[in-house]
Formats: sequence, C-alpha cells, structure tokens
Amino acid sequence: MTQVSFEASFQKKIDEEIMIEPQDYMPDEYRKTLIRQISQHAHSEIVGMLPEANWITRAPSLRRKAVLLAKVQDEGGHGLYLYSAAETLGITRDQMLHQLHTGAAKYSSIFNYPTITWADMGAIGWLVDGAAIMNQVPLCRTSYGPYARAMVRVCKEESFHQRQGYEIMLSLAKGTPVQKQMAQDALNRWWAPALMMFGPLDAVSPNTAKSMEWRIKRFTNDELRQRFIDVTVEQIRILGLELPDANIKWNEERGHYDSSELNWDEFWNVVKGNGPCNKERLATRVKAWEDGAWVREAASAYAEKRKTKKAA
Amino acid sequence: MSNENKEWPLWEVFIRSKAGLDHKHAGSLHAADAQMAIENARDVYTRRMEGISIWVVESKHIHASNPEEAAAFFDPAQDKIYRHPTFYNLPDELKHM
Ligand SMILES: [Fe+2]
Ligand SMILES: [Fe+2]
Repeated sequence: MTQVSFEASFQKKIDEEIMIEPQDYMPDEYRKTLIRQISQHAHSEIVGMLPEANWITRAPSLRRKAVLLAKVQDEGGHGLYLYSAAETLGITRDQMLHQLHTGAAKYSSIFNYPTITWADMGAIGWLVDGAAIMNQVPLCRTSYGPYARAMVRVCKEESFHQRQGYEIMLSLAKGTPVQKQMAQDALNRWWAPALMMFGPLDAVSPNTAKSMEWRIKRFTNDELRQRFIDVTVEQIRILGLELPDANIKWNEERGHYDSSELNWDEFWNVVKGNGPCNKERLATRVKAWEDGAWVREAASAYAEKRKTKKAA
Repeated sequence: MSNENKEWPLWEVFIRSKAGLDHKHAGSLHAADAQMAIENARDVYTRRMEGISIWVVESKHIHASNPEEAAAFFDPAQDKIYRHPTFYNLPDELKHM
C-alpha cells in the first residue's frame, strides 16, 4: 500500500468506529497528538495528588482521612494506567518523567492552585473531579484502544471521588455559619479554574478539529464546559450556597445557563508557569523522584542478584 | 535525572476476577522483578477486589500475530459457516436440541 492508501484506510477505520491498536498503522500526527494528550493526562493525575495530599494528615475525622487517602491512591493508579497506555505508542516512562520534571510537559493548570482550607477538599472532589469526569466519559470511546480501556477503568473509580467531595461540601454547608462560609469561599475560588479545565474556547483551540476528525475527542471544549455548568448549577442549589458568578442565568432560548466570560489571561498565565503553585508542585515532584532513586537502584540490584543466584 | 536505561522492565498483568473465570489482560506496569510486579499489580489493578489471582509476564515474552496479515491469517475460518449450530435446518417440532 502507498502512504496515501494507508492514511485513507486509517481514516476509514476511524469513521467506522474500529479502534486503533498499538501495532496498527497510524499517521505520525495522530501518534504525536496521542502521546502528548495521554502523557499530559497522566502527569495531571500524578501532580493532582499533591493539593489533596496536603490535607491527609489534617482530615477532620478518621473516616475522612481514610477516604482522602483512598482517593489520592486512586489518582496515582490513574497516572499509572495512562503512562502505560502512552508507552504503547513508543515513548518510554523515563522520557515522560523527564519531560515532566524539566517542565517540558504540561499538566492540568488546576493543580497549580493552593488548597488553603479543608473545604477545598470538598470543592476539588466535587468540581475538579466532576469536570474531569465530564471530560473523561467521552474518552472511554476514544479511537485509540489502550487509551479508551484506561479511561473505562478511570471512570469507574472517579464517581466516588466526586461524591465524597460533594458530601464534604454538604456537611459544611449544613454546618455552622463559619463552616458554611468556608464552603462558599471554596466554591467561589474553584469555580472559574474548574471551568478552565475544559481548555481554551473552541474559537482559539486549533487542535480541536483534527482531534474530532480522528475521534480522539468527541465533544468540543465549549460543549463540555456548558454541560458542566448546566448540571453544577443545580448541585449548588441543593447545597444551599450562593452561585459563584452573578451572571449565571437560565437562557430559555438556548436551553442552557449563561455565565460570565472567563479570565483567559489568567489561564494562559498559569499555563506558562506563573500560577500560585507551579514552582512548588514541580519542585515536590522532582524531589520525590530524586529521593526515590536509591529505592529504585536497590530494587534493581536485588532483582539482578536473585537472577544470578537462580542461574548459578 | 532522567535515569535512562535503568528503567524497570515492563510486565503484562492478567487477573482472574473470580473463581471459575479465565485470567484476563488488565494492563501493564513496571517492576524490578516478578514478585514486585505481582505486588504492584495488586495495588494498581485490584484496589476494589477486582481479582482473586494475578499472573504477570514480562512484556518482551509476549509474541503476537501480525495485524497487517490479519485478513489472510484468519481467512481459513471465513467460509466455514457449517461450524455454527444455526447452519443446520431441523424441523420446528424438535424442541430440545
Ligand atoms: Fe483521576
Ligand atoms: Fe479523581
């Protein structure tokens, strides 16, 4: 087959909803796009453990502590599923970690915001994991098999993350006036960053069209963001909290809630590395990797020793 | 920092979800040796009682059929519809067969 016919038969498979597997032909750009997207996704799961890990030792009860630990451990697992999915495309784990640690790779900007009160654990589980679920459910049908299968696993586990967060918000919202204020403050701070998790506006998102054509993505950033706003407004009402944006209003004609324009300057600024916690997060990851070096070396040495013993 | 070439080998993980079922491919992970691969597989793939037994095999030991030759390779089964029970025309009064 010629290059042209390879590409035509690739697109035909995509259009027929036949999944692409690691050994199948795929255009270089498809491979590159997936490596970038899956590794960024993996990095986000791994760095995403840090803001919540901040509160594990200070969780208000043993129940909350056990739950938070289990959630953070799940996020570590999600990172591992995704790193192995990316590895099937020909990048190594070490290369990906190197890209993360040198700042060459991005991760979701949301994790560059600080977690300053316990209510942030509620807001993160509810809004950040909620937005992640909205993004991830369509990815269970993404065109690359290993990515889709990893996402099925991830989505099964995410639902408890969101529910435990909402439960924290509910307890605070029904608690003392100070607790309720804490919940409100967390909602106000996390609202806009959570909406930015869906990525830039469609109008300025040049990769979207190609990703849709390749069925890597199935909905645009703006579609998913709108869907998230629509379901979350109801959830805010049930909590009995104030809406975090004075411009949220039902639009009868569109059948959706309207809301304020987001501050995209802030978004790009955080993406560029100038968010409140970018440096701290990266430094923490690098330190963990470097502090773990002797463990990795010892395990390799032990495995080697056992191998030679067996051979002898 | 990148520690190139010292990466732990990759392992494929197979899990039996309950007694009586086959082990099924669950995913892969890195580990220094088989024992560590099994322990890591427990933590990565069975946090919610998804398994009662784990197999691991180093990925380099897996041999696969070639997807580019799949059409020709699986061709022998293409035209043998008589291997399926529905191929046979039997009278309607025959209830239990
Ligand atoms: Fe996750
Ligand atoms: Fe999560």
